[in-house]
Amino acid sequence: MSVDGSWKEGVEVLLMGNEAIARGALEAGVRVAAGYPGTPSSEIIETLSRFAQAGRLYVEWSTNEKVAMEVAAAASFAGLRSLCVMKQNGVNVASDFLLHLTGSGTRGGMVLVTCDDPGALSSVNEGESRHFARLMEIPLVEPADFQEAKEMTRWAFELSEEIRNVVLVRSVTRLSHASGNVVPGSLPVLGGKAEFLCDGPVSDPERGPVISAPVVQKHRLQQEKLRRAAQLFETSPFNVYAGPEKPELLIITSSACALYSREAVAILGAEGRAGILKIGTTWPLPPALLKRHLLGAEKVLIVEEVLPFIEDQVKIMAAEQAREIGIKTFYGKYDGTLPMAGELNPDLVAGAIGRILGIAAPSLPAAYREKLGELAALTPKREQTFCPGCPHRASYWIIREALQRDGRRGFVCGDIGCYAMAVLFQAAGFHTAKTLHAMGSGTGLASGFGKLGPFGMEQPAIAVCGDSTFYHAAVPALINAVHQGADLTFIALDNSGTAMTGFQPHPGTAVNAMGEAAPLVDIGALCASLGAPVFCGDPFDPVRTRETLNEILETEGVKVLVLKQSCALSPEKKGKKQFLVRVDETLCRGEDCGCNRLCTRIFRCPGLLWNREKKKAEIDEVICAGCGFCAGICPAGAIINEEAARA
Amino acid sequence: MNGTLAKDPFNIIITGVGGQGNVMASRILSDMLVRRGFKVTIGETFGMSQRGGSVMSHIRVSEGKVWSPQIPKGGADLIVGLEPIEAVRVLAGYGNPSVKVLVNMRPIYPVGVITGEDEYPPAEAIRAAVVSAGAAARFLAATDEAVKLGNPILGNIVMIGAVAGLGVLPIDGELFETVVRAGMPAGRAEANLRAFAIGAAAVA
Repeated sequence: MSVDGSWKEGVEVLLMGNEAIARGALEAGVRVAAGYPGTPSSEIIETLSRFAQAGRLYVEWSTNEKVAMEVAAAASFAGLRSLCVMKQNGVNVASDFLLHLTGSGTRGGMVLVTCDDPGALSSVNEGESRHFARLMEIPLVEPADFQEAKEMTRWAFELSEEIRNVVLVRSVTRLSHASGNVVPGSLPVLGGKAEFLCDGPVSDPERGPVISAPVVQKHRLQQEKLRRAAQLFETSPFNVYAGPEKPELLIITSSACALYSREAVAILGAEGRAGILKIGTTWPLPPALLKRHLLGAEKVLIVEEVLPFIEDQVKIMAAEQAREIGIKTFYGKYDGTLPMAGELNPDLVAGAIGRILGIAAPSLPAAYREKLGELAALTPKREQTFCPGCPHRASYWIIREALQRDGRRGFVCGDIGCYAMAVLFQAAGFHTAKTLHAMGSGTGLASGFGKLGPFGMEQPAIAVCGDSTFYHAAVPALINAVHQGADLTFIALDNSGTAMTGFQPHPGTAVNAMGEAAPLVDIGALCASLGAPVFCGDPFDPVRTRETLNEILETEGVKVLVLKQSCALSPEKKGKKQFLVRVDETLCRGEDCGCNRLCTRIFRCPGLLWNREKKKAEIDEVICAGCGFCAGICPAGAIINEEAARA
Repeated sequence: MNGTLAKDPFNIIITGVGGQGNVMASRILSDMLVRRGFKVTIGETFGMSQRGGSVMSHIRVSEGKVWSPQIPKGGADLIVGLEPIEAVRVLAGYGNPSVKVLVNMRPIYPVGVITGEDEYPPAEAIRAAVVSAGAAARFLAATDEAVKLGNPILGNIVMIGAVAGLGVLPIDGELFETVVRAGMPAGRAEANLRAFAIGAAAVA
């Protein structure tokens, strides 16, 4: 966003890719938008929530992606334009509904935006949502710059209404979280009453009930819609060729890879030899357009992230048309020209084009490169860690202490959120989380471990789960554990918001995405209603909380411990120190203390330093968040908390 | 357009540690350049990487083209390091004989240094390394200046002031004031204006 956040029609402004997508939806007259937070997608719903207004635009953060899609679909069934937003693995969560929705079809334009994360910059998977377009037989479009992100999103609503089905818009981290110039267009006059016409016959797509049956008949209709989309794609302005009429190398690309390809050709000075066909409508590919371009080239390179998706389609088309277009040499993922895992960049693409065309990319002088190598050797690595003042670091410290006292080699099943970093040894010297999978999976896994007692399993399993993740997917697993009589200690790490993605509200907060007061679903009360004993604790009260945890570890069945302390970056805490923390040098016994530098070597809060000359601990007052937890771990009592003056 | 570029695209990397205001610095700098009529692309890495990790914003400034959100290796024209070893790390990846480098010399120690497994290079070694690989290097005490202003986070604005002071881009205090006044309450704007002026003066 431009710093002042103002968007005026026709006035060029700097927008994040996600903001451009949100603007496109606004220009399409979107009325209902729902999603679940997940990097790199969260700013789309956040941006739209700024424009929310009763009766004009309803925006919600749903409990999970499947519910979000259902909420958006209801609006579509009632004739309104709706948007549904999620990150790549969110589509997996929503996919069961999506399968049936794409069979039943939609009414008001409905667009599903997914933001993929090639290279897993902010994910624990490199899942790809493009393949869902093929699996669900719906059209897929991919913007390749910021202006296009806006235009394409707007147009996706029109396409959805034209074919009466969901349209998938796929972005990637390098567009969603990148920014560029965008000229906003006009906003429409909003009108139309929400009404679900459902009294007609099943065969009437406009007035009948919305269902995916009769299945085979509806499935055929869905495939006709997809063929119609392919016809429209033949003349789409989002498919653009730039380069010589008969290029030596035809590059077929989409999304951020189009920008990498253009830059790579420029780096190599290969503009006269390579042409770029940038495809915006990537499923189904328009066959006539492809044929025209394949005709003029012998060598074809497909540049895409992450798996071969366009490459598969192009090769199938080339095989079908081989008699007319002749035999081509293909370069892409299967032959190893480009990697099939990880994200691409201009250098990787330049390397690939250079190898095919026999051009060496310009390089720095050897002596200078050597100097840069010396620089690289000078820099210590910087690993991710819990923030100073993070309640998760404290919670895991307490869990570690409790498991050590318990003595049965217990472990933690981790889950998705900042607290997933407990699987990393570097984040804290006491990594206790030993599994990490999908949203809510820690609880499901712990439910399973909790039934292995009769097989000789003696280790207690602890499931940890953040507040937003709890509502998203942990509740069914917890109900399962209660019903099956599993032995499970469930710890809710409640930091009062969806902290990892930027403090979006969730059912445990008393506010909704529109900024309105909302009923709060209390984690403890919900768990108690399932029949599980519920205990509460404060992560910043290490002794009492550890004692509570040890007590409940000794009991059987499902037990719930809610550890509540808001995130150190939350608006109410950020920049406000509760304590001024200092080390009393006379008390710190340094390397002579038996603690073996417990504070810096094991606890590892970035606010703590080890002074190598004095051989004593210190506090970095610029970094320290003033939570005061470390005072409780120093066996010599050398870390002193003084109550800070409150502003 | 008011002013032209020494090179097109002109490639800037702002780097630091999560929480230092890297993203805000890149937004403000880019907003100024868009107001000057340039096409600007910012590529950013945030999310998980904010949690104590290295962060980088790649800013491409052009008269008329949208460039990739990732700068090619060896392709930086200006590196702004909000933290010393992050500046060195980026210089090692994106440096070239004509790169200019601005470094805030206040270290933020990585976990490995806090635990004692790794060593943080001494300030003199960092200066020497940067000078040996940067065509023009300036070292600032941006965090110290920001602490004097009452908030260490303003170190990012001191560094943006220094970018303006270098004179390699058509930006100045007046333009900064326009951007800041448009986007911030008056109380916060004043401290930002002072931070910018300190940075600009430090390299003048």
